[in-house]
Amino acid sequence: MRRTVFPHKVLPWLLLAPQLAITLIFFYWPAAQAFRQSVLKEDPFGLSSTFVGLANFRKVLSDPNYLNALQVTVVFSLLVAFGALAIALFLAVQAEKIIRGKGFYRTMMIWPYAVAPAIAGMLWLFMFNPSFGTLAWPLRQLGIQWNPLLDGGDAMALVVAAATWKQISYNFLFFVAGLQAIPKSLLEAAAIDGASRRHAFWTVVFPLLAPTTFFLLVVNTVYALFDTFGIIHAVTGGGPGKATETLVYKVYNDGFVNLIMGDSAAQSVILMVIVIALTAFQFRFIERRVHYA
Amino acid sequence: MARIQLHDVRKSYAGQEVIHGVTMDIADGEFVVIVGPSGCGKSTLLRMVAGLEEITSGQVSIGDRVVNDLEPRERNIAMVFQNYALYPHMTVRENMAYGLKIAGMSRPEIEAAVARAAAMLELEPYLDRKPRQLSGGQRQRVAMGRALVREPAALLLDEPLSNLDAKLRVQMRLQIRDLQQRTAQTTLYVTHDQVEAMTLADRLIVMEKGLAQQIATPHEVYTAPATEFVAGFIGSPAMNIFTVTCDDSGLLLPGGHRMPVPGLAARGEVRLGLRPEDICLVEDDSPAFPVLLRSIEWLGADAFGYGVIEGSDVQLTLRMSGQTSVARGDRLRVGLPADRLHFFSTVDGHRL
Repeated sequence: MRRTVFPHKVLPWLLLAPQLAITLIFFYWPAAQAFRQSVLKEDPFGLSSTFVGLANFRKVLSDPNYLNALQVTVVFSLLVAFGALAIALFLAVQAEKIIRGKGFYRTMMIWPYAVAPAIAGMLWLFMFNPSFGTLAWPLRQLGIQWNPLLDGGDAMALVVAAATWKQISYNFLFFVAGLQAIPKSLLEAAAIDGASRRHAFWTVVFPLLAPTTFFLLVVNTVYALFDTFGIIHAVTGGGPGKATETLVYKVYNDGFVNLIMGDSAAQSVILMVIVIALTAFQFRFIERRVHYA
Repeated sequence: MARIQLHDVRKSYAGQEVIHGVTMDIADGEFVVIVGPSGCGKSTLLRMVAGLEEITSGQVSIGDRVVNDLEPRERNIAMVFQNYALYPHMTVRENMAYGLKIAGMSRPEIEAAVARAAAMLELEPYLDRKPRQLSGGQRQRVAMGRALVREPAALLLDEPLSNLDAKLRVQMRLQIRDLQQRTAQTTLYVTHDQVEAMTLADRLIVMEKGLAQQIATPHEVYTAPATEFVAGFIGSPAMNIFTVTCDDSGLLLPGGHRMPVPGLAARGEVRLGLRPEDICLVEDDSPAFPVLLRSIEWLGADAFGYGVIEGSDVQLTLRMSGQTSVARGDRLRVGLPADRLHFFSTVDGHRL
């Protein structure tokens, strides 16, 4: 193939400059800072720092609190990613069946995405606050002991619900688009071939949605790992105890609340490695089973 | 294999009737082609038989069962779609086996049925390929295979050849006809292509505006079209149709030319239909009318002449031998074949 060569040498760089600047300043520079910090130890007043090699990493990885945060993150991320995917897919399929008012339902479904994470968290907290929550009262009436401020399991359920709720809209949007891209005649062919609706869904629709589902799986995993900080911060602050302290939240806590910069940086480096590994794994092993039409 | 009966089948969308009552009896093993211009309701009719469109009123039965309220999967039919609708994520083998698996056939039985269909359609080398690795013609054959492998009561085809190039279309047309005759499968085939319709059908349904204009054999449709629409739609080049006046002695053509035609039953203003090949050039002094030749298309064996009747602006197409010596601008003397005249009512277009 012939390559297009621009005669100008400076202009392409100039045109790319804004994007490059943003990427360098907001992504690479902080990442580099994190790497640098992770091998340093600061004195209590932040006036000097000494090189300590991998000591920060050793300390972090042997910290039971860190291992707890890792476990919390795994549980939280799995629940949020799969919950948001499953519910969104179900809703998208249901919305496809509607004939009248399709646009209305779709619009309504997309709104939650416009709500800022912290606000979404607060909404759920208000609804389920044990003392004044609108929905906590009926739960108590049903005989359910409900107190997300004291019970770690309840707190986890609440942040998972809030984080899932917020991500459903996004997934819904993609699933609706994905469903629309599947030719109607394929479903008709399946119907004539004798497939029930359910069977046709699992043998025809779901496999053809795989590219969408895979994309969303990657996006949701990253979302659950990083973007849920606002919700956790607003709803539980990582508590009660450390029941909802995810890795990201611990990075924030150790770095900006407890001001242990070295530990925090080491954690964020580990987190970075985890996300890179996870995404690479998804692309290497799950994408292989995805059929791109 | 079974017969299909349609009784006064109608379809409305939001109160607007688009199919105005089609009644037809398709015999076991018969090949029936529904032909008509786009938007005439031919696909809708087929999809009603398939169960993909609801039947507003009337009755459809397949075999001896009324299927009006049955789901497509309960009707024991197979269908070939215009875009083939192959499952893109499955291999050719899986595509063909899909329906059999659902029907609960055992694995060896499925293997055997798929192998049989693949052999019949020469698809054996492609069984493990995905549809996107196949050419248009191969995809079309897979779609046929998927339909035939189940040995359904009725085979429905919705413009199955319209996505193929001209040469392949002719090939596949012959293959479909051959397959149908070998399997004696009751077949309902929709097309807008009159050549496909004429060559494939045992019987034709010519549709226009949601009405079956004529249900008859291709020969009958050609030689005795039931309406002016059918006359103009079937045949290439199209039939010449224009208004003439009939009286006791013969016809008064546009331009004031009088042609003696004895024993005409029609009277007054009627529409006269003339096939281009039925119009003959007159050398001697038998009755004739003048036609000014405006252009001529030479196709080898045939030549088509396009002219107007002198003294009028009525256009006339003539089919002549390729050896003809007439040229553009000639004034031809043209005669009428008394036994090949088609008359249609000026009121409702029906044959007189």
